[in-house]
Amino acid sequence: MALIDRLGETLDSGQGGGIILSTVDSLLDWARGKSLWAMPMGTACCAMELIAASFNKFDFDRHGTFPRPDPRHTDVMIVAGTITKKMAPAVKQLYEQMADPKWVIAMGNCAVSGGIFYYDTYSVVRGVDEFLPVDVYIAGCPPRPESLQDAVLRLRERIATESIAPDRRREAVLTLPATGDISFGVRPGDPGAGGESGAR
Amino acid sequence: MTGEIGSDACFTDRIEPGVDELVVNVGPSHPSTHGVCRVIVHLDGEVVTKAEPVIGYLHRGIEKMAENRTYLQVVPLTDRLDYVGSMYANWAYCRTVERLAGIQVPERAEYLRVIVCEMQRIASHMMSLGSAAADTGAATMFIYAFDQREKVIEAFEELCGARLTYNYVRPGGVSFEIPEGWTERVLQFCRDHRDGLELMDRLFFGNVITRDRMKHVGVLSPEDAVAWGASGPVARGSGVNWDLRKHDPYSVYPRFDFDVPTGSNGDCYDRARVRLFECYESCRIIEQAISQMQPGPIRTPGLPRLLAPRPGDAYDHIESARGALGVYLVSDGSVRPYRMKVRSPAFCNLALLPLLAEGHMLSDLVVILGSLDPVFGEVDR
Repeated sequence: MALIDRLGETLDSGQGGGIILSTVDSLLDWARGKSLWAMPMGTACCAMELIAASFNKFDFDRHGTFPRPDPRHTDVMIVAGTITKKMAPAVKQLYEQMADPKWVIAMGNCAVSGGIFYYDTYSVVRGVDEFLPVDVYIAGCPPRPESLQDAVLRLRERIATESIAPDRRREAVLTLPATGDISFGVRPGDPGAGGESGAR
Repeated sequence: MTGEIGSDACFTDRIEPGVDELVVNVGPSHPSTHGVCRVIVHLDGEVVTKAEPVIGYLHRGIEKMAENRTYLQVVPLTDRLDYVGSMYANWAYCRTVERLAGIQVPERAEYLRVIVCEMQRIASHMMSLGSAAADTGAATMFIYAFDQREKVIEAFEELCGARLTYNYVRPGGVSFEIPEGWTERVLQFCRDHRDGLELMDRLFFGNVITRDRMKHVGVLSPEDAVAWGASGPVARGSGVNWDLRKHDPYSVYPRFDFDVPTGSNGDCYDRARVRLFECYESCRIIEQAISQMQPGPIRTPGLPRLLAPRPGDAYDHIESARGALGVYLVSDGSVRPYRMKVRSPAFCNLALLPLLAEGHMLSDLVVILGSLDPVFGEVDR
């Protein structure tokens, strides 16, 4: 990635670099968007739909997406299911082990916002975007396999417009907390947060 | 070397135990751990000397959340407990609420509950068999098993609009009447499913590699099964004839003629094969239930939305696909449960992992874990 970063910076600043930059962009986008191998980060109910999407009847392979449970082989992490505070560091670590460029799909309400576990529980992370840069959100509890396939197609559309120029890259990655200091701030509604919510 | 290649005595007897120990961490994200199980494995060469399951990676606090919900609002939470067999947790919870509040359920609702739960058993066992096969390297079997599972899920979707989290069984009955022509399609499925099961039996259980990988691996004696509180196919695979549908009959189960398949060796092969035979029995129960079912109401009329049972407690259990699933509820007279406790069969069966894995190879660990069929929504709750 470092080489591509430098290339992007050089081309973006140099005179007449824009033409080459857009050519390089379209080449890279074409190469990257075709066959997105998925890291199935399935933890709960949505994992069943993730499996269903990969097998017969829905057949994820026809989109070139293949679940590969090794982070080093994959391009997109599909976070399917509830992420608890105990699980979150493992998810973050797996995300860091994926090779650049990488994308994240938050599948299901739990991964989007905590879903049904948003209120009254003390152990659930309210959305995977608290510690990962999410590209596509899929609503549903659980979403249908078609929704997941639609999300991958949308991600491909998004990849097709990505650029390596520094000011057009996604900045979300830079502001992420490191694995060691993921702290999930206490919010109103948490037990012990002061102010009774969901009181009996 | 005393054992032949493929037999259980192969390799293990050549390694001096206690020479040096390697600690390997498996999970919590591992393709073969059936969810978010983490196992800390102590290895001597490739032989497991100690396997400690670490749970809690999917602890969502469902039992605590139930204390802040009304009795009806807890039903969707129970869907997320055992997400491979949501109908069971629905039913176990609803039975406890009905016992607590003294609600009588119409007969047709009981029949519908039996039909959906037996279909759920098929769907859950197909998932279990498929992943057990995938753990031994037989990915083809997963495809055939998932094909059958999809048919059940399609029928459920037609019935209640959801593929996984059904919210179908409610206190006092069920939520929807069956759509037109549904019973015919279910009967057709039962006929097709038997052919599918036969195919799977030949394809997977007749396979020499499957036999080598699963026979004599993870042997559980009947005494240990009883002592450790195992239930469901895990206990029955060891020859313990214990099925709540027969031995603590609930709902309309006494009216059906069915057998309880049991294994004899208590190894992974028997546990998986018991699941296969249970699917045949489920088909029999579904067919009898459909033929006996009479028209009538599907919900107790006049039931208030806000149930407030008298102070007291109740426990009820049903035979889920994984074993005895019980729910204990305490009421303080308000509209919310004072305490809910789920007796999860997956949790009790997972506790057997250290016992079963000891002395086997590391590659057998995933086979043993797959044969226990834990679902982590239910283990961690």
